[in-house]
Amino acid sequence: MKRLSPKLTQTLAYIFIITSTLIVILPILGVLFLIIKRGLPAINWEFLTQMPKMGMKAGGIFPAIVGTFYLIIGTLIFSLPLGVLAAIYLVEYARENIFTRIIKLSIVNLAGIPSIVYGLFGLGLFVIFLHFGTSILAGSLTLAIMSIPVVVTATKEALESVPDSFREVSLSLGATKWQTIRHAVLPYALPGIITGTILSLSRAAGETAPILFTVAAFYLPRLPRSIFDQVMALPYHLYVISTQVPNMPLKLSYGTALVLLGLVLFLNLWAVIIRTHFRKKKKW
Amino acid sequence: MKKIKEFLVENSIRLSGIIIILVVILIFIFLFKNAIALFQSYSLKEFLTGKQWYPISEPPKFGIVPLLLGSLLVTVGASIISIPLGISCAVFISEIAPQFLKDTLKALIELLAAIPSVVLGFVGMVTLVPFIRSVFNLPTGLTALSGSIMLALMAMPTIVSIAEDALNAVPKAYKEGAYALGATKWQVIHRVILPAAFPGLVAAIMLGIGRVIGETMAVMMITGNAARIPHSFLEPVRTMTATIAAEMGETVRGDLHYFALFAIGLVLFLITFFINLIADIALNRSRR
Repeated sequence: MKRLSPKLTQTLAYIFIITSTLIVILPILGVLFLIIKRGLPAINWEFLTQMPKMGMKAGGIFPAIVGTFYLIIGTLIFSLPLGVLAAIYLVEYARENIFTRIIKLSIVNLAGIPSIVYGLFGLGLFVIFLHFGTSILAGSLTLAIMSIPVVVTATKEALESVPDSFREVSLSLGATKWQTIRHAVLPYALPGIITGTILSLSRAAGETAPILFTVAAFYLPRLPRSIFDQVMALPYHLYVISTQVPNMPLKLSYGTALVLLGLVLFLNLWAVIIRTHFRKKKKW
Repeated sequence: MKKIKEFLVENSIRLSGIIIILVVILIFIFLFKNAIALFQSYSLKEFLTGKQWYPISEPPKFGIVPLLLGSLLVTVGASIISIPLGISCAVFISEIAPQFLKDTLKALIELLAAIPSVVLGFVGMVTLVPFIRSVFNLPTGLTALSGSIMLALMAMPTIVSIAEDALNAVPKAYKEGAYALGATKWQVIHRVILPAAFPGLVAAIMLGIGRVIGETMAVMMITGNAARIPHSFLEPVRTMTATIAAEMGETVRGDLHYFALFAIGLVLFLITFFINLIADIALNRSRR
């Protein structure tokens, strides 16, 4: 058999590569198009602000929106301080020793744990062992632990991108280590930290598996009264109405999917805006 | 005063590092503690080699084999689809596309990563499942094939972005040397860039597979959830993740079924732990 000429091989390879790229990209556009086109007709003021009615077959999704909002706030409260402090430790304090390596390995490992396993852990530790019950508190803690690797990784990158000369100047002026970090490093790493945190929250907002047994309520047409209450949440609500309720009007599922997708993409958009804005302002 | 503040801050920072290690240990302990409770009255051998998963029959049977095979089947299917497509897409973005297309494609891939799995599961349910059903003329479109296709899509952001990083990290001098010798662009990609980026590509594939094995909601919604040993891609299957998600709500706290689901969780934890370990080693090697 004659070998193909390099030119022809290149053309064939390019055809394969471009076709593959199209096969990857087109479904993404298709999913977006479908959700927006079929979801928009379902969205109106009543859908966004009313309680569900008639076993969820009518009315709105207000409690699910509020529930997801509470979970985002709860996740933020627990994941931000822990994630940022741990990253500061790794970048500014840690020496290359066994303790540091174990922390790094733990973060890699946390990032890879399946979300349903986080759900099991949350059930075992927060719901049962600590007696929080299925509650906003238990759900937020579970989601926060799942978010920590993202916050740590983003903060680490942001801190590492601040030049060492900033630290050296501050230290040479007699500032302590913490003063240096607080005034000469953190302000410049802040945009990166915010971007990473928003992205982690957007992911937490869309997760279903970790909240299945820790907080999510199947049908609860009222707002939560305390952090020990269950709540409905958008992703779980979408799962419930599209698989567990017979004869559910598809329109409501599409509407819920669009609200969830809109929320998640809105958060991501902010992250991107903050990132590009500060990248332009960066002077070093 | 300043000294005290410095001391407090430094220690709370160190404490946060310790908490992260503690969390991983706690996750393992809680899975292990609950899983081990199963094996006090159910044999480990039967759990690992049993071919039947009948958690509510009398006596119950907790054989993990059908679930393991279910996870394996959709993972293999998703890998066959997503690895060539994902690597090709990364090559296109990193080596071939003009700058504006590069940015657009990267933004789209990032957008795909942001779509919640339950939304993708829902879209799969209303589009892919009826499609598979009518194309193959099946009684149901809820099959391992549907799951594989959807999971391949969900693994794409991980594979493409990490593979693209690996391709970008190949030193320019390598390419320039090959061009100077008269190689075509494809020869450079095929003979120089891909081999040089190999460890990074391995990491991309491993992390993509890790994502596929751990995926729960979309899989539960479109694979049919039949807990029996699958014989082809056109049959319903049930994965380990879907089993936990679907059955935990029906268990009574502290009964055998409850512990059996934790045992599955432990198996998942260990599998993903090793996959991530391999990926991490590959990533460290590629950075060198």
